[in-house]
Amino acid sequence: MRKTAALLEKRQISSEELVKQYLTRIEEADPQINAFITCSGEEALAQARDADRRRARGEALSPWDGIPIAVKDNISTMGLRTTCASKFLAEYVPVFDAAVVENVRKAGLPILGKTNLDEFAMGSSSEYSAFGVTKNPHDLERVAGGSSGGSAAAVAAGEAPWALGTDTGGSIRQPAAFCGVVGLKPTYGRVSRYGVVALAPSLDQVGPLATCVEDAAILFSLLAGPDRRDAISSQSRPFSLPEWDLDSVRGLRVGVPKEFFGSGLNPEVEQAVNACLGELERLGAQLQSISLYTNEYAIETYLTIVTAEASSCLARFDGVRYGRRVEAADSNTMFAKSRAAGFGPEVKRRIMLGTYVLSAKQYKLFYEQAQRVRALIQQDVAQALKQVDLIVTPTTPNTAFKIGEKRNPLEMYLSDLYTALANLSGIPALSLPCGRDSRGLPIGIQFMGRHFEEELLFQAAYAVEQTQRRGEDA
Amino acid sequence: MPKYDTVIGLEIHVALLTKSKLFCGCSTTFGGEPNSQCCPICLGLPGALPRLNERAVEYAIKAGLALNCTIHEISRFDRKNYYYPDLPKAYQITQEFYPLCTDGYLEYFYGDSLARTKITRIHLEEEAGKLIHSGASIIDSDYSLVDYNRAGIPLIEIVTAPDIRSPQQARIFLEQLRLLLNYIGVSDTKMEEGSLRCDANISLKPLGSTQLGTRVELKNLNSFRALERALTYEERRQGEILDRGDKVNQESRTWDERRGRTLPMRSKADALDYRFFPEPDLPRLKLRPGWVEEIKSTIPELPMERLSRYEREYGLSRYEATFFVNYPDFGQLCEKLAAMGWEGSRAANLLMGEYARLAREKGHLTPERLAGLLEIIEDGLISSNQTADVLEELFNSNLSAREIVLEKGWQVLADTDELQALIGEVLQGNVELVERYRAGETKLYGFFVGQVMRATEGKADPKIVNDLLRKELGT
Ligand SMILES: [Zn+2]
Repeated sequence: MRKTAALLEKRQISSEELVKQYLTRIEEADPQINAFITCSGEEALAQARDADRRRARGEALSPWDGIPIAVKDNISTMGLRTTCASKFLAEYVPVFDAAVVENVRKAGLPILGKTNLDEFAMGSSSEYSAFGVTKNPHDLERVAGGSSGGSAAAVAAGEAPWALGTDTGGSIRQPAAFCGVVGLKPTYGRVSRYGVVALAPSLDQVGPLATCVEDAAILFSLLAGPDRRDAISSQSRPFSLPEWDLDSVRGLRVGVPKEFFGSGLNPEVEQAVNACLGELERLGAQLQSISLYTNEYAIETYLTIVTAEASSCLARFDGVRYGRRVEAADSNTMFAKSRAAGFGPEVKRRIMLGTYVLSAKQYKLFYEQAQRVRALIQQDVAQALKQVDLIVTPTTPNTAFKIGEKRNPLEMYLSDLYTALANLSGIPALSLPCGRDSRGLPIGIQFMGRHFEEELLFQAAYAVEQTQRRGEDA
Repeated sequence: MPKYDTVIGLEIHVALLTKSKLFCGCSTTFGGEPNSQCCPICLGLPGALPRLNERAVEYAIKAGLALNCTIHEISRFDRKNYYYPDLPKAYQITQEFYPLCTDGYLEYFYGDSLARTKITRIHLEEEAGKLIHSGASIIDSDYSLVDYNRAGIPLIEIVTAPDIRSPQQARIFLEQLRLLLNYIGVSDTKMEEGSLRCDANISLKPLGSTQLGTRVELKNLNSFRALERALTYEERRQGEILDRGDKVNQESRTWDERRGRTLPMRSKADALDYRFFPEPDLPRLKLRPGWVEEIKSTIPELPMERLSRYEREYGLSRYEATFFVNYPDFGQLCEKLAAMGWEGSRAANLLMGEYARLAREKGHLTPERLAGLLEIIEDGLISSNQTADVLEELFNSNLSAREIVLEKGWQVLADTDELQALIGEVLQGNVELVERYRAGETKLYGFFVGQVMRATEGKADPKIVNDLLRKELGT
């Protein structure tokens, strides 16, 4: 992005031209890929012309003023419909911007459009979208991952230079891995969630997707910081870009948890990750085998919490104030019919599960138990991060699967096997492309670190990224 | 002899007098244009997040302190999930598991004895919106509209232990609680506007038994009178059921004010499962050190303290002191008059009589004008039975009490010579009666007094008239 910023600065390209390029690319590629639910080309061009005028006056809002962005469609954009890939909100136009949208607008980024996702971010393939599946730009028969599949595919296909996603159990990192882009799930509470349609508030975070580590860091620097409207983000800190220096990994203690390399891990993925670990070692990092024994319980714990919170968060979609309404003689019937008509099968399934685990009779057995296990997971992760500075794992056990391949919801839930841990413990986690499998599908490697130590993740990922590039150039 | 003990517990919802709502900046003013005081947060729009209003926490702590509660340094918010059109998020943010205040009590006089009712808990929660039905009720309406102005107004819920023994006591407790809340200024407690609402639980048990009976929850108690009447009705209804040897059904019943009876709403079997769980959008509520102490220092004198001070310092009777505590505007006048040196009982005498009626109609007089009135009574410029006339004039003119009396010529006739002459005239005009009186018909004395008073248009000083008359009649 530095190159683009320099071109804009030197007036070798205008923001309008830049946005036009991306819109053309969207026009060409998106009919196949379906990364976007809504393309806001006209608005983006108007914003680009504003950016050009600002530059001409020497009043650029930031070095990135005029570089466009794509926004996941569960993030509120004032005046631009925000569907959450649900029929329920197909016509819903927010009256306010999410905090992260305000932030990117303040930096002058035109919004190209709203990207596809699994309905209300519930899923790992973007197949559960009321607006059709997003296809993987590397293989159109395969999924882009999810739930931020649209954002990852848009960046991978060159339809957007970068994008915003949300991550509750892996929803930024898994599609980033599948599509071969960089994705960061920040520390819980580092980025304001205000205006992001909640899936599970105790796990949700907004983060960047980009083609390279530096761009992801630049976008993250626009997002991070406290926001008084999100009580959870009040302890947050802003983020400034780190020194990009391969030497920064020298002496880093890198933990490799054995639980993430057991059965179920695709050997090609394992090989690629091991190769990257080798690079880190060559750069001076000290690899240590560690244990994260609680990861075994992460998926069950995650599902219990996510369904419980989601069942409550999605209850507001009752047809009274906005969204889909099916008229009926009394309000209870109206609620039921509106929700039945507005929600897809996975959303209904999770609402049912969540309602069950919160019911008075089951609460102790499920929700309370999940909270206790979550506390154990947090202790386990904290303990590990006392021994090491970083934890490195594969992002996903496998590369992108075929559209329609995972028919059983349980199979789909296992997609978050390596990613849910970071959400449950609130630590930051980044997925970096690390080679391809024999089919040419991207593989992702995951870096996890201590709370608010995103800088270290970026530096380590950057180092690996640079050695890979050198390898490719050679 | 009654056969049963009555056991009553109350749940009181109190709207706090904060300027803005519990989780957003919207105004809490009553009576605005429908849906004019709303924002994405209190409308529960997707993505909006709650942000806690510190002032509401302060007021809840203040109420907790005034009710002798333990204030918890750490409390937590929870979600109470249920569907209703007036509930924007389909959950209410409340404090189910770890409330802000617990284990308090309120002391008050019930009859002649001091009663103490335990407060189990006080917690913060948000108010719902308001349904406006096109017909008379939800059942016979073609449609209903929702006004969300009220949604998100901060409430405290005060829950008592089942300590209350009679419908009358319940009413008095609620009145005293309301007075206390008014004193500390956290709520305007207007039952008619819904800023004070009360639900009641009532059960009966055989006299002396320790086993609690099956309780019934009473709703829709929109006034103090309704509370007492509904409980009285329910006490009798349950007594009759138990007399028949039947069991009371555990249920919620609503008070039908018009028909004067309670009607079943829903039984325990269809009670909702609210699926409570910790509110993930808000961190734990942790009170900063010293805050509770700061709030404590802002609590004014409370009703019971004031009552004993009035009795002690001004020598007022319980009855008088209670009047001034219950009507602090009158209490303040009494205090001002006392500060000017007037005896409490004199001030009470003046303020609690004809003055109270006039002041409620026309507003208060200044303490200075009232003191002027007390002064001319003291001086004997008027007799006490003329007080009402002077008061009436005080409300209608700007003149002082003394000026009024002089202008109207109402002053007492205290000139002994003049009165002596008058009395002579009266006695000479009734020679026959004077003789009968002297012969022992003493009840005629009043007639002579009356004649003298009439001749002076009531202005004669009764004491002087008495002295002179008795001397003249030789008794
Ligand atoms: Zn509001």
